[in-house]
Amino acid sequence: MNNQGRPTGAGEATASNVKTFTGNKALQIEEALSFEIGSFEQTGVDLPEPASNANRLGGLDRKSDIGLPGLSEPETMRHFVRLSQKNYAIDMGPFPLGSCTMKHNPRLNEKMARLPGFGDLHPLAPESAVQGALELIDTLAFWLKELTGMPAVAMSPKAGAHGELCGMMAIKAALEARGEAGKRKRVLAPESAHGTNPATAVQCGFTVENIPADKTGRVDLEALKAKLGDDIAGIMVTNPNTCGLFERDIRAIADAVHEAGGYFYCDGANFNAIAGKVRPGDLGVDAMHINLHKTFSTPHGGGGPGSGPTVLSEALAPFAPVPYVICEDGKYSLVETRRAAKAEGESVESLGRLTAFHGQMGMFVRALSYMMSHGKDGVRQASEDAVLNANYVLARLKTEMTPAFEGHCMHEALFDDRFLKDTGVETIDFAKAMIDEGYHPMTMYFPLVVHGAMLIEPTESESKRELDLFCGAMLSLAKRAKAGEADAFKAAPVYAPRRRLDETAAARHPVLRWTPAQKAEAAE
Amino acid sequence: MRYLPHNDIDRQAMLKAIGVSNIDALFSDVPKDALNAKFDLPDHMGEMEVERALGVMAAKNRAAGAGPCFIGAGAYKHHIPATVDHIIQRSEFLTAYTPYQPEIAQGTLQYLFEFQTQVAALTGMEVANASMYDGSTGCAEAALMARRVTKKNKVLLSGGLHPHYGAVTRTNLELVDATVAQAPIDVDASEDIASQIDDETACVIVQSPDVFGNVRDLTPIAEAAHAHGAMLVAVVTEAISFGALKSPGEMGADIVVGEGQSIGNGLNFGGPYVGLFATRQKYIRNMPGRLCGETTDAEGKRGFVLTLSTREQHIRRDKATSNICTNSGLCTLAFTIHMTLLGEAGLQKLAMLNHEAACKTADALGQVNGVEVVNKSYFNEFTLRLSKDASGVVDQLAEEGVLAGVPGARLWPHDKEAHNLLIVAATECVTDEDIKTFSSKLAGAL
Repeated sequence: MNNQGRPTGAGEATASNVKTFTGNKALQIEEALSFEIGSFEQTGVDLPEPASNANRLGGLDRKSDIGLPGLSEPETMRHFVRLSQKNYAIDMGPFPLGSCTMKHNPRLNEKMARLPGFGDLHPLAPESAVQGALELIDTLAFWLKELTGMPAVAMSPKAGAHGELCGMMAIKAALEARGEAGKRKRVLAPESAHGTNPATAVQCGFTVENIPADKTGRVDLEALKAKLGDDIAGIMVTNPNTCGLFERDIRAIADAVHEAGGYFYCDGANFNAIAGKVRPGDLGVDAMHINLHKTFSTPHGGGGPGSGPTVLSEALAPFAPVPYVICEDGKYSLVETRRAAKAEGESVESLGRLTAFHGQMGMFVRALSYMMSHGKDGVRQASEDAVLNANYVLARLKTEMTPAFEGHCMHEALFDDRFLKDTGVETIDFAKAMIDEGYHPMTMYFPLVVHGAMLIEPTESESKRELDLFCGAMLSLAKRAKAGEADAFKAAPVYAPRRRLDETAAARHPVLRWTPAQKAEAAE
Repeated sequence: MRYLPHNDIDRQAMLKAIGVSNIDALFSDVPKDALNAKFDLPDHMGEMEVERALGVMAAKNRAAGAGPCFIGAGAYKHHIPATVDHIIQRSEFLTAYTPYQPEIAQGTLQYLFEFQTQVAALTGMEVANASMYDGSTGCAEAALMARRVTKKNKVLLSGGLHPHYGAVTRTNLELVDATVAQAPIDVDASEDIASQIDDETACVIVQSPDVFGNVRDLTPIAEAAHAHGAMLVAVVTEAISFGALKSPGEMGADIVVGEGQSIGNGLNFGGPYVGLFATRQKYIRNMPGRLCGETTDAEGKRGFVLTLSTREQHIRRDKATSNICTNSGLCTLAFTIHMTLLGEAGLQKLAMLNHEAACKTADALGQVNGVEVVNKSYFNEFTLRLSKDASGVVDQLAEEGVLAGVPGARLWPHDKEAHNLLIVAATECVTDEDIKTFSSKLAGAL
C-alpha cells in the first residue's frame, strides 16, 4: 500500500541493469571491511575502568598500537549480517557438494551444545566436576563403535584429516611394535582418493603409490595384489569410494592386505551412505575416521570446526591416542599420558597426544543429539534416503548428462563432461551457471580419475519436489549448453554478489591482510 | 523422523523412476551377510526426550559460570558478548561449506580476511592464515614448517611450554624422525634456552605468558636462534594478553601460534577452539592451512578467494605442506566478531582488567598460610606452591563450589616435584567476592 491507501501496481518491467549510487542492488548491500568503517577509539563493549595501576608484566607491556579499529555494537551487527547475505547455505537450498555431505543441521543440536554443563565447561576441571561430560563422550563412543562394529574409538581427532592422521599413526605404532616400521614404508591409495590421504601418509613418514582402478570405477583387485609385498604398511581406501560406488571386492581387498602383513585404513568420509545398514567392522577394516560434520550433521560452519573420531580394530586399539575416557564402577575418569596408558608388563604404547584437550566436545554433543533423535531406525532410513536421492538424480539426469560409470550409485552421482564435448562449455562454466539458477554447484573436477568430473550428492535432506526442480534446472542447463549458448555460460554467474573472481591474480600477488596504512590513505 | 522429508509414496515413486523394486537393490554391491546388520541402539526419539536425556548429563557437570572459577592453563573463562553467539548461528554462516565457490561465499571469505588481519596485527606479524584446529596442533604445524624452511631436524621445547602442546608436537615430529629436545620444567622462567640452540636446531618453541603464567622476554632467544639459522616459534595460549603485552613479532618471533579461544569462543570442554598461526611474508608458501586473499571480479569489484592452494592437500596431495583440510571456520567467525566489538581500545582495557584481577587474586592467596606465589611476572595467570599436593586441595574446593585452578599433577602426573603446584587464572569474570571465597576455602584446605 502507498500512503494514499491505494494498492500499488506492478508497473512496467523495463531495464534490469540499473546502476545505483550506492552500488547496492536492493537486498544485496555492498559492505566494506570492518577496518574501513571503524575507528581506533571505537569499541562495542562497555567495560569498567581498571581501578589500579598494578603492573607485574615484567617490563614487557605493550607500548605500540595494535592497529585494529573497532565498531559499535549496531555497526558490528549490521556488518556481519550484510556479510552473511553474501553466502549460500544449506538452509537456503540444495548444496549438492559431492563427498562433502551438506545435510540439514538440526537446531536442537545447537541448543544442546549450549547447555552450560557442556558449553561452559573447562577441559581441566577436576574429574568429579565433569562426570556428565565424560559420560557423554563415552555414550557417543558406544554409538560409534556399535554403528561401525569396531571395538575401540579414538575421540580426540579434531577433523576428518586429523582422524586419518590418527589412524595412520596407529598403523605406524603397530608396525613399530612388530619391529617392522623400518621395512614397511609403502602405503597404497587409489588415484580417486581425497588429497588428504596421500598428504596424511607422507606426514606419517610413508611413501604413497597409486592403486589402479578398474573400468567400473572400483579398485582393481589383481593390480592391487601385484603391488603388495612385505614392504607394505597398509592401504587407504574410501568406501563407498569417491566415485560414489561401493567397493564390491572390499573383503578380498582387506584379506589380501592382511595376508601381506599390512593394515586397512578406510576413509570414512562416505559413511553416511551405509550408516545403520552396514558395519565397516564386518568388512575387514582396521581403522576408519568418521566425519561427525558429514554423517552426523554437525554444521560445516563455512569450513569447520570438524570432528573426526577414529574407530580402531583389535589390532590397533592398544595404540589409541591419549586422552581417553574409562569407566569403572560407574565412575568416569581420563587416561591422559602415554605412561598412564601403558599396561603393566606390556610393551605396546599409545601413539601419543593429538590435541591439547579431549577433542571437539561441542561437536560430540551435537552428533549425539542427532543420533539419539534419529535412533538406529532413523540413521538407517537416512542412509537409504541418501542413496535413493542420488540414484533418483542419476536416473533423471542421464538423459542429457553423461554418468561416469554404468549402474547404480550409492549416495552420490558422478558425471563426466562428455555431454559438453564440442559445446565450448566446460565443467566450471556449467557449475557457475548453476549459481544463477540458485544452487550451490556440485563438487567439480574431483575425483581426478574422471574427466571434468561433476559429483552430485543431494543427501537425504532434499524432498522429491526440491529434487525435481533441481533436476529440471540441470537438464535445462545441459540443453542450453548443447544449443550453443557457451557465451552465456562463460559469463556466469551474473546474479551472484560477485562475478567470477581472478584467482590467478590473487595467487600471483598475495594480499592476505588489510593494513592501517590503507586507512591513512583513505582518510587523506 | 522429523529430519527426513520423504514419505513412503515419494519413496515408491522414486524407486519406480530409478527402475528398482526395493531400496536394497541399490545396495547390491554390499556382501549379502553384511547388509542390514543389527544394532544394539535405541530407536528414534522426539525433541523433548533428547533434551531430557542430554540435560541430565549436562546437569552432572559444574559449569565455569556456576561459581568462582580460576582454571586456565590453555583455556580461559571470559565473557562473550551476546552479539557473537547470535551472529554465528545465522544460517548463512552456520550451514555454509568451505568457500570453494567464491561468488556465493563472500561473507565467509571477507570475515576470514578480517580474521587474518586481526591475527597478524595482534601477534605483530606480517601474515596469518585462516586458522588451525587449535593452539596445540598449530604448535606442531609450526615445528614442521620450521623443518621445511630451515631443512634442519632438531626442535627445542622450552620448560615453560604447556606440556600438552609439547606432547602434541612430539607426537607429530616423531613421525618424521625429528629430534625433539624438551627442557626440564621451568616454573620460575629461569632456564637459559638460548644457550641450547645450535646449528642443528630448526626451531625453539617458547610460550609467553608460559604455562605457569610467567611473562618471558623472547628477544634474546630470537637473537640466539637467528644467529644459528634457527627459527623462534612463540606460543600464546591466552589471546587476551595481546592487549597488554609486547607482541611476539616485536620480539623477533618467526612464527607465532596461539589459542584464540579466549576471544569469542566458549570453553566447550576443550573444543572446538581456534588456532592462530602467523608468520613473516617471506614464508607464506611454506605455511600450512587455508589462506584467504584479496582480488577483483570480472567487473573490477573487490572480492576475496582462497589462495595459494598449491600448498594444500587437495592440489598437491603427497607434496602438500600439511594434510589439513578444514580450518575452524565458525570459531574463527566468533573470534572476528568479538575482536571487532572490542577494537584496539576494548582489548587493551579488557587485558588490563584481567591483569588487575590476577594481581588482586595473587595478593589475596599469597596471604594464606602454606601458599607461596612463584611468579615474578604474570599477566592473568600465576602459579602457587602449596604446602601439600594440590590435587587433593582442588578436589576438596570443587566439592565446596570453587574451581581452584589446575594442580601440577594434572599436567605432570609423573613428575612429583610439580605436584604441589597450583596454576591459577583470574579473568574479568572473577569478582572480589570470588577471590574472598577462594582465599578462605584455600586456607581451610591447607
